Amino acid sequence: MVNKIMSWFDERLPITATIERHLTKYPAPINMNIWYLAGVLLVVVLVIQLISGIWLLMNYEPTAEGAFASIQYIMRDVEYGWMIRYMHTTGSSVFFALIYLHMFRGMMYGSYQKPRELLWVVGWFTFFLLCALGFTGYVLPWGQMSFWAAQVIMSLFGSIPFIGEDLLIWIRGDYLISGITLNRLFALHVVLLPLALIAVIFIHILALHEVGSNNPDGVDVKKFKDEDGVPLDTKPFFPYDIMHDLYAIGVFLIFFCFIMFFYPDGGGYVIEYVNYEPADNLKTPDHIVPAWYYTPYYAMLRAITFPIFGLSAKFLGFVVMAAGIAIFVALPWLDRSPVKSIRYKGIFSKFFLSLFVVSFFVLGYLGSVPPNPVRTLFAQIFTFTYFAYFFLMPIYSKYEKCKPVPERVTLS
Amino acid sequence: MRYLALIFLMFSANFIAESSAPCGSYVGDDLEHVGICDIAVVDPTDKASLQRGAQLYMNYCLGCHSLKYSRYKRMAEDLEIPLELFKENLIFGDQKIGDLITIGMDPKEAKEWFGNTPPDLTLEAGLRGPDWIYTYLKSFYVDESRPLGVNNMVYENVGMPNVLFNMQGEQRSVCKQVPSKAPNGGLKQDPLTGKIVTVEKCGFLEVVEGTGEVSKEQFDTNMKDLTNFMAYITDPAQTEREMIGFYVIMYLIIFTILAFLLYREFKKDLH
Repeated sequence: MVNKIMSWFDERLPITATIERHLTKYPAPINMNIWYLAGVLLVVVLVIQLISGIWLLMNYEPTAEGAFASIQYIMRDVEYGWMIRYMHTTGSSVFFALIYLHMFRGMMYGSYQKPRELLWVVGWFTFFLLCALGFTGYVLPWGQMSFWAAQVIMSLFGSIPFIGEDLLIWIRGDYLISGITLNRLFALHVVLLPLALIAVIFIHILALHEVGSNNPDGVDVKKFKDEDGVPLDTKPFFPYDIMHDLYAIGVFLIFFCFIMFFYPDGGGYVIEYVNYEPADNLKTPDHIVPAWYYTPYYAMLRAITFPIFGLSAKFLGFVVMAAGIAIFVALPWLDRSPVKSIRYKGIFSKFFLSLFVVSFFVLGYLGSVPPNPVRTLFAQIFTFTYFAYFFLMPIYSKYEKCKPVPERVTLS
Repeated sequence: MRYLALIFLMFSANFIAESSAPCGSYVGDDLEHVGICDIAVVDPTDKASLQRGAQLYMNYCLGCHSLKYSRYKRMAEDLEIPLELFKENLIFGDQKIGDLITIGMDPKEAKEWFGNTPPDLTLEAGLRGPDWIYTYLKSFYVDESRPLGVNNMVYENVGMPNVLFNMQGEQRSVCKQVPSKAPNGGLKQDPLTGKIVTVEKCGFLEVVEGTGEVSKEQFDTNMKDLTNFMAYITDPAQTEREMIGFYVIMYLIIFTILAFLLYREFKKDLH
């Protein structure tokens, strides 16, 4: 009976085939390690953000006059409103923490290399959309930092030569950041960007399941198959990986709920203290900082303090910042190494990847503190080393001596 | 290498150093550092302290500072004050128990009077931190050069009058002889007489004896209660949040253990 019903459906919609392809017969390498959890946890956070976002939307008021008060209404008068909001704010920070880990995993194990170039590029789009979502969402509570962060970021468009000023007014919809700006950012944050994000993540997963998961050894698991054509060094995603993930999700949620219930402002990093004050366009805060997940790029923006060829320092900073975010797309074509994983790459790859990580953290710190000449110098040095990882990659990855790669995966 | 280390040291001082003095020019118990806030006691479970704080707020602060994001009723319930008692003693004017805690002062006029509209304080403890508020409240001193005759050590040239003047008494900024520190960290002594060498330091706050309604200790306790109340009103759900959080995490721990056991069973298939 059940079989009959299933085949009725299958003739009209490939349900069984889809389940097999993406779950029960999707081969997951057996040597995947803890770094591979970030992907599934990102999906969990996406769901948390979508659900909490919908509930926030039920009580949020997207006007300059009412936005700030409506957040407090959610926090105080809506039943468990504080929980919904803290879920969303914690979720946004965790989203970024996870996507950075996820990207780093890809960089470490060469998951961007052939045949996964497109998978990587599509993945980068999710990062980009997340940046846009983070920014637009940050403005919505309409606190002081929301307002001034919007002011700083939007003014970057004004620094573009020739068209800047007009472009800025067009983007803002007003001569200064106002309720009109808030409304359009709201529309982007709740409709366009989440839709785009879901679509791009969907494509990301489709692309992943087309080329198959990479693994920490960077070897091709499809090379050795058993008599049924199933790769030897893999296990079916369902139920084995799912069971593993379920347990990992439990651990993750404990961590998540710990922040959400006990340290919801995360020491001023998850919710900035300055944002406890409503937006005031006549009162600039002493020290404008973006949310922690943008601080490496904010440091790059501020590192450029000199104009070149008549281009303003601000515009050049904007370009460097944008390049810092966009450069990841080029990775598949910058890496000329014959091996994928950092385990078998040479000393230079290891050195530059470490340098990149150090640069990222130092820039992150520098972006969160007020600048002074020494800090600016450091920001310049580490912006340079950040890019060195990428721009020198075609050279060092090609000429360095790599270790021999095993035929099959290794299990530690 | 040595040079590198030296350069690094020189830079690192600048790199990390934060010239932050959160409490302005306040001189606390630590004579070495100026601007370090005194520590407030924030305990949302101490209902008696919160009730006293609420009483102080309603009597001394609410004239100018609204709590416009919170409601009377919620506050009465959270602080376990009977509604009737609350209505009689803590709601002034014709506001209803379900109303938001707003004030009648016109913001524009207030700006003319004080130079700035007195801000709403619902979220002040989130913005400044409880320690700042506690120290600020204690730091008013007589300064004839200011329009209202008072100044504040934490918030220089603040536009607010010292509404706590009667309670605290006349507080002045005074100079004192304090023992000076020797380079080795101990107290500096005169090599001949063995006496401790002192230097003059200013900015100490002292209440002229007999001018206040309450003792210094009592005043500090009152300000702690008031601060505690302001911390509560910023985050009224804290107690409930932490309680729910505890149960949620307990549940998740059990879930995770079960998920782990399940995972272990499935893992056996693979070998």
